[in-house]
Amino acid sequence: MKRNVLLPIYGVVGLIAVWYLAVWVRLVDPVLLPPPEKAFAALVKGMAGGKLGQDFLRTVERTLYATAIAGVIAIPLGLVLGANERLYRSVEFVIDFFRSTPASAMFPLFLVIFGVGDKTKVLVAAFGAALVILFNVAYGVMNARKTRLLAAKVMGASRLRVLTDVMLLESLPQTFVGLRNGVSLALVIVVVAEMFIGSIDGLGHRVFEAQQLFDMPDMYAAIFAAGALGYGLNLAFLLVEKRFVHWAGR
Amino acid sequence: MAVALDPAAGAAAAIDAPHITIRGLAKRFGEAVVYDRFDLDLARGKFTSVFGPNGCGKSTLINMIAGLVPPDAGEILFGGKHLAETKIGYVFQNYREALFPWLRSIDNIEYPLKLAQLAKADRRAKVERLVAQLGVKIDLSRYPYELSGGQQQLVSIMRALVVEPEVLFLDEPFSALDYEMTLFMRDQLQAVFDETRTTTILVSHDLEEAVYLADRVLLLSRRPARVADLVAVDLPRPRDAHALSDPDFVRIKGHCLEVFQREVRKA
Repeated sequence: MKRNVLLPIYGVVGLIAVWYLAVWVRLVDPVLLPPPEKAFAALVKGMAGGKLGQDFLRTVERTLYATAIAGVIAIPLGLVLGANERLYRSVEFVIDFFRSTPASAMFPLFLVIFGVGDKTKVLVAAFGAALVILFNVAYGVMNARKTRLLAAKVMGASRLRVLTDVMLLESLPQTFVGLRNGVSLALVIVVVAEMFIGSIDGLGHRVFEAQQLFDMPDMYAAIFAAGALGYGLNLAFLLVEKRFVHWAGR
Repeated sequence: MAVALDPAAGAAAAIDAPHITIRGLAKRFGEAVVYDRFDLDLARGKFTSVFGPNGCGKSTLINMIAGLVPPDAGEILFGGKHLAETKIGYVFQNYREALFPWLRSIDNIEYPLKLAQLAKADRRAKVERLVAQLGVKIDLSRYPYELSGGQQQLVSIMRALVVEPEVLFLDEPFSALDYEMTLFMRDQLQAVFDETRTTTILVSHDLEEAVYLADRVLLLSRRPARVADLVAVDLPRPRDAHALSDPDFVRIKGHCLEVFQREVRKA
């Protein structure tokens, strides 16, 4: 057991070792690849009251807003679509098409409609996340155990009660899959949006600015902060899921 | 001992007060005619087991009676009333998929009462009365997945009984349980029936179980299903393991097997 807990650390140690080795043998120009301790120093300094910390919070804020908007729209819609399979089949192609369209391709359109600002960044991310969540919720409902629906029906549940008491809960495990994928996608879109369209803050902006200023330790610090954020968001959703969907698969 | 050795169908039913009357029932799945102009009376306050060849439509029959499968034609009445005016309980074979895993066992049992808009206190009181009546010793604050298979099926049975149904349906309720648990659950079910005398319809693929539990064994033919025989099992209750070797039990079971094999061979 103890070895299992330590296993992930080997990979991290290995990565840092390779990094040191690359710096030591001058595999890469030292300006492009500073030693790890410089990047980590920049990370600690930036996060502890520096600009990086503020940018981090802005990105968190936008990502969570986008996911929340996506969830509020996509979860009820997914339930209704999933409960009416014919209806879902009739819009399935449209959903799949836009789900497969890179959301970044929508920036110019959203820019025209919503202008340059926070609204556009959040809404493009929400658009991408909503389709992922919608698709998962609808499939969660459609794959609800038939026996459970029949059990509710035979006990006298109305169609609405079956939807709220059974289908909603049956789809929860799949809904959480959608939320986790959605939040990851929202983060990707938000960070990209922060890099380009008239941005003044956010992790994407920090990465881009550090690159422009050729401040490599800062750039690596921002990249790691973004990575930690993505990992942390996924982990947070997993923990919430474990708490609320303790019964999944049992 | 009134054993209907006469193969004429409906011999036992003639003396029963009917509870469920089925007239002109028809059902087909694609090309397969499962029921056609099917008539049947099921006795009030009796335990009826349904037994027949594989795929003859045993489950389809009780699912049509319980309103889970719509018949193509025909009428099913419960003492003259329609299903909507009748309280029923249904126990599925697959308890794992029939219970709600997100609800604690007690909330599963209370769910049909909640649908009937009973107040919390009344719901609790009804469940407590049922627990006392059945002598159930399960910790009902646990989630279904924390219970054994038999305990989960007992919770399903309690969920079906808590509304005090006029008719209780059981679709092969014990076939997912191991033998030891099956024997235990049969006796639990028998005790429930002795206590409540609710009109009960059990689909079983185990002839011994069908006869052991029943007052009437309904033997169906191959598709399209007809009543091959309706056999009375008037052995005294409560029945225990000794009943299985009782000469009357053996004779009735032998007769049922004979009818069953005759129907199987007709194919």
